[in-house]
Amino acid sequence: MSARNVVAVIFFAIVAIFFIFAALMVHQFGNPDQYIEPEMDQYIIDNTRDETGADNGVTSVVFDYRGFDTLGEATVLFTAVAGVILIFRRLKK
Amino acid sequence: MMGMSRIVKTITSIAFPFVMIYGLYIIAHGHLTPGGGFQGGAIVASACAMILVAYGSVWTIGKVKEKHLSALESLGAIGFIGLAFFGLIFGLKVFFYNFLVGQNKLPIFNEIGKGLSNINTAGVLPLMNFAVGLKVIAGLFVIVLVMAYATRIKEGK
Repeated sequence: MSARNVVAVIFFAIVAIFFIFAALMVHQFGNPDQYIEPEMDQYIIDNTRDETGADNGVTSVVFDYRGFDTLGEATVLFTAVAGVILIFRRLKK
Repeated sequence: MMGMSRIVKTITSIAFPFVMIYGLYIIAHGHLTPGGGFQGGAIVASACAMILVAYGSVWTIGKVKEKHLSALESLGAIGFIGLAFFGLIFGLKVFFYNFLVGQNKLPIFNEIGKGLSNINTAGVLPLMNFAVGLKVIAGLFVIVLVMAYATRIKEGK
């Protein structure tokens, strides 16, 4: 086994340990009390109607609290369209 | 890609407005019900793709130019990021600030929702939904249209 393979195996083991511990620390489905400090979720649940005025909490998170995320998604779509038009422009005429 | 048979064209013509209205409803009610700009835009774009499959790309590209669709997509992007920058000018001076909602504001989407039926709520969220919906409709449809029109050469027209 070469040194490169050893490094790969060690790295894979570290990543696997991280994933296993992350899976063990996920709080139980549908049980918010087990979660230690539910600050962010509880803030959004309590204040989304007064701050954004929206009844749909998911939309208020996607377009208001985390608008940068949606901006990135829109940029990804724009890049995809630009790439497709760039590739298929030669075939048009 | 040539069009399909007369039966398929007729059924598509009947089904197209209903799919279109459903997608536009999902965009317009993005701040009230599940869904939003991305989802409704995908539904409307799939309706347009249905037209494209039934009638053929040569017929479709005679009706809509992909240049115009590309301009529409850029318009949606400019609207979205422009609304985000308006939050930097008015209100609390932060990016993506919801500057329309609240008391003593313009009567455009300024109310605070108390039920699932009031569409005049949520400030900039419906406007952003419209912008993103326009962007997704034009973007997905121009992708499908350009790819379908480019493959007509291999099929021997």
